[in-house]
Amino acid sequence: MKVAVVGAGIVGAAAAAALARAGCRATVYEARFPGGGATAAGMGHVVVMDDSPAQLALTARGREVWESLADRLPAAAEYRRTGTLWVAADDDEMAEAEAKAGRLAATGIACRMIDARELARREPALRGGLAGGLLVPDDAVVYPPPVAAWMLAEAVAAGAVVHRGAEVVALGESGAVRLADGTVFDADVVVVATGAAAAALVPDVPVRPRKGHLVITDRVPGMVTSQLVELGYVKRAHDVGTDSVAFNVQPRATGQLLVGSSRQIDVTSRGIDEAMLSRMLARCLEFMPGLGSVPAIRSWTGLRAATPDGLPLVGPWPAAEGVWLATGHEGLGITTAPATAEVLAAALLGRASAIPVEPFRPARLHSPGIRHESN
Amino acid sequence: MADNATAPSGAAAAIRGADPIDVLVIGAGPAGIAAATAAAEAGSRVLVIDDNPAPGGQIWRGGGAAGAAGAALRRLAACGAAVVPGTAVVSVGPGPAVVVRGPHGADERESLVRLAPRRVVLATGARERFVPFPGWTTPGVVGAGGLQALVKQGLDVAGRRVVVAGSGPLLLAVGELVVQRGGRLVAIAEQAGAWRLARFGAGLLAAPSKLAQALSLRRAIGPVLRPGCFPIAVRPAAAGLVVTLRAGGPGRERDTELACDILAAGFGLVPNTEVARALGCRIGAAGVWVDQWQRTSVGDVLAAGECTGVGGLEKSLVEGRRAGLVAAGREREADRLRAPAHRARRFAARLERTFALDPRLATLADDETIVCRCEDVAAGRLRGFTGWREAKLLSRVGMGPCQGRVCGTCTAVVFGWTCDDVRPPLVPVPVGSLSMAPER
Amino acid sequence: MSQTDQPRSSVLVWIDGVPVTVPAGQSVAAALLNRVNRGDGSGWTIRQSVAGAARGPLCGMGICFECRATVDGRPHERTCMLAVRDGMEVRTDG
Ligand SMILES: Cc1cc2nc3c(=O)[nH]c(=O)nc-3n(C[C@H](O)[C@H](O)[C@H](O)COP(=O)(O)OP(=O)(O)OC[C@H]3O[C@@H](n4cnc5c(N)ncnc54)[C@H](O)[C@@H]3O)c2cc1C
Ligand SMILES: Cc1cc2nc3c(=O)[nH]c(=O)nc-3n(C[C@H](O)[C@H](O)[C@H](O)COP(=O)(O)OP(=O)(O)OC[C@H]3O[C@@H](n4cnc5c(N)ncnc54)[C@H](O)[C@@H]3O)c2cc1C
Ligand code: FES
Repeated sequence: MKVAVVGAGIVGAAAAAALARAGCRATVYEARFPGGGATAAGMGHVVVMDDSPAQLALTARGREVWESLADRLPAAAEYRRTGTLWVAADDDEMAEAEAKAGRLAATGIACRMIDARELARREPALRGGLAGGLLVPDDAVVYPPPVAAWMLAEAVAAGAVVHRGAEVVALGESGAVRLADGTVFDADVVVVATGAAAAALVPDVPVRPRKGHLVITDRVPGMVTSQLVELGYVKRAHDVGTDSVAFNVQPRATGQLLVGSSRQIDVTSRGIDEAMLSRMLARCLEFMPGLGSVPAIRSWTGLRAATPDGLPLVGPWPAAEGVWLATGHEGLGITTAPATAEVLAAALLGRASAIPVEPFRPARLHSPGIRHESN
Repeated sequence: MADNATAPSGAAAAIRGADPIDVLVIGAGPAGIAAATAAAEAGSRVLVIDDNPAPGGQIWRGGGAAGAAGAALRRLAACGAAVVPGTAVVSVGPGPAVVVRGPHGADERESLVRLAPRRVVLATGARERFVPFPGWTTPGVVGAGGLQALVKQGLDVAGRRVVVAGSGPLLLAVGELVVQRGGRLVAIAEQAGAWRLARFGAGLLAAPSKLAQALSLRRAIGPVLRPGCFPIAVRPAAAGLVVTLRAGGPGRERDTELACDILAAGFGLVPNTEVARALGCRIGAAGVWVDQWQRTSVGDVLAAGECTGVGGLEKSLVEGRRAGLVAAGREREADRLRAPAHRARRFAARLERTFALDPRLATLADDETIVCRCEDVAAGRLRGFTGWREAKLLSRVGMGPCQGRVCGTCTAVVFGWTCDDVRPPLVPVPVGSLSMAPER
Repeated sequence: MSQTDQPRSSVLVWIDGVPVTVPAGQSVAAALLNRVNRGDGSGWTIRQSVAGAARGPLCGMGICFECRATVDGRPHERTCMLAVRDGMEVRTDG
């Protein structure tokens, strides 16, 4: 089968590698260079999330594949099993942590409750008076851009062809792609993996940009051990319509701290929104006052590809013959790219999949003739 | 820091007191001082900020009371402009507004301040261009302008053996300073060839003040000046450093080793355009693009001095004065200074021709030579990328606190890349300060 | 600070726990560089690079970040941009 993959972010790169290994003739078209889109702007937290059973299955499988790759990843991938520490501010959040622990444990995800004393001992930079938290020790942190490049190299080793600087401007009849210079390439199937830009090629696809800000600090080795996320994060991240911020601090392999996070729906400008940035950092300082004296060296923004139900779109798009989607990963595309690739390859080639492919089928969000406005 | 843990720093208080501002001058070197003085004397309310601890810029750093520096600083003090050193631009917008912070020893609880002047004059000057060559990260290897700045900050070079190398008139001034301070000037290696220097020297006859300067320098440094000669490597030795200098054209190279304690190497200057870029100003081949009135491509933003193109003191003074006058609405007076401004630009063009870099300099770095000093990225890691952004994302070049200010110019020389991705904060700022919405 | 050449007075700063008297008005970088016998012959080392190499000031003007030290508990201060102050604590050892 001839497959054209549009976009070489981590999702497109993983998909190309999986398809090439499965025997497809994969050709990748990347407008700029591999891994330079959202893949270069995200946090790289490989984290099991359990908003829904499907999300739990996809993130857990994604993390499992990451673990299996760990030994082969290039050093620049900076893959480290830091674990996630979900921080509970009060008793209510502690109860939430317990419930989360129950759900994770039920699917065999290792995790354990941490009391206030242990929290203070493990992460002394956190303020006093926090209730405790939930430690998920097998979650990890990765630096995604070199991984996208590496996955693409794997795809090439398996026979894929990569065109860099090749912007696809239109999808033609059944699988054809047209480039900016007018060239048309044929394929049996085209996989659109252009992240938050999906709607530019596929009209009415229910993907909306959700902007996020991040700040990187200078090196302060040892200040933070695990990726720290406030339990309120899930609650805030859920409400797609409103702007939100949450305490989210990641220890990089370099000793730097990557500080997030913010969410703004339908904002596409890549500039820094000062008010949002300060609100986000103020939230983080509520949990970690000592962060205040650490020098910030750069801030940037990225666009998540949000879907109405919080699950990615992986599979055929009913409105266009030969068009398959691999987008809509919101804030989890790094975690789930390897599992997404498996789901995509299984669905495309009619093979068995490690996890059900059904929950991710784009058809679930397609109603003919209706424009999609989420929430 | 007990002494100012609670009180706002002096800089912030002074900034708060300066409202409203007609003209904000960013940079207090000769161009900024001239701009501020001209605008204030024309009746504008002027605020000058500079990230260094004292006004003067690079050339008048620690200028003291004597000479042109003293006169200009006294005039600045008398003109009514508020001068707030130790204050850096952190971000920009909306419009010509900028957000600043007093960074020096200031508390992280100190908030940022948004300044919303009617007009901005960018006088952000230039920095040194560095060329990576094997060993250039060894302690004791410093910029040429870097050594000058450090000596003016109190570095003692008495009795130290110094080799000055690289390119540009700055090398002579550094050599002279070393001699004045009791250092042992071993050599000045100027990469430009003797004939180009001679032609440049002849041209100086048209610029009497520069000629006088050149003649006074000549006695001190003439005997050790080596034209057409550049450093290709430096290594630590039992005591100090050993520098290898290369002379002769391609195919006729002759290498010499010199022992020294300090190697001061700088390869000309590059304009500081970060604030201009953040404001969205067009950048030309020489620096920030300006029209004949020193106006940039962005409304109400003017630029003067080295940031518009490297050209020395006289260019900075005349451009600064003109920018200050225009910012204050005195176009007619500024018009009278067109001829000297034009001459200064011509001199700048001559400088550039004379001290154009020998292409061999781009090939000095071997695979192990560090290019990005913040992140320790060597040249070998950088080969094969298509440009700055890809190289940055995949190798970490430019990801450290200097954000490409040093390695960006290195990769421009070695690979021809442009590093233009400015993002706030324009200088590192404590997270605490960024967490507060700017005042005003 | 007034970076004048003729110091009027002296201040006491603590460099890596050692009290040092330096002329007022000097930059911290100059004060660090003026110490002798630092063990590497040149007296020019102020920091370790991320790969552990010895480094010292390059630009003297706040651009290169090679002169960083911890000053009064604040990490990553550029010492060439800071004047010495009485009682200041400077650490170059992390
Ligand atoms: C895990 C991780 C760790 C990182 N660590 C570091 C680090 O230690 N140091 C570091 O410097 N970077 C770090 N980065 C960030 C990286 O360098 C980029 O900043 C990041 O990839 C985001 O890109 P950018 O938008 O800044 O890229 P840019 O190349 O600056 O820009 C991308 C796009 O945004 C546009 N753009 C740029 N500036 C603006 C603006 N002001 N307004 C509107 N549009 C604009 C550009 O035109 C371009 O189209 C890290 C990234 C990740 C994922
Ligand atoms: C602030 C922020 C934080 C995040 N944190 C995390 C996290 O901690 N963990 C996690 O798992 N995920 C995180 N994410 C999400 C993750 O970064 C994304 O889900 C993931 O990178 C998406 O990858 P992608 O390949 O789909 O998209 P992208 O990386 O954006 O790749 C799309 C590619 O398509 C190319 N392209 C676009 N249009 C065309 C065209 N017409 N023709 C050809 N090529 C084209 C682009 O150049 C780009 O390279 C975060 C995202 C953001 C913004
Ligand atoms: S010496 Fe370059 S920043 Fe201080």
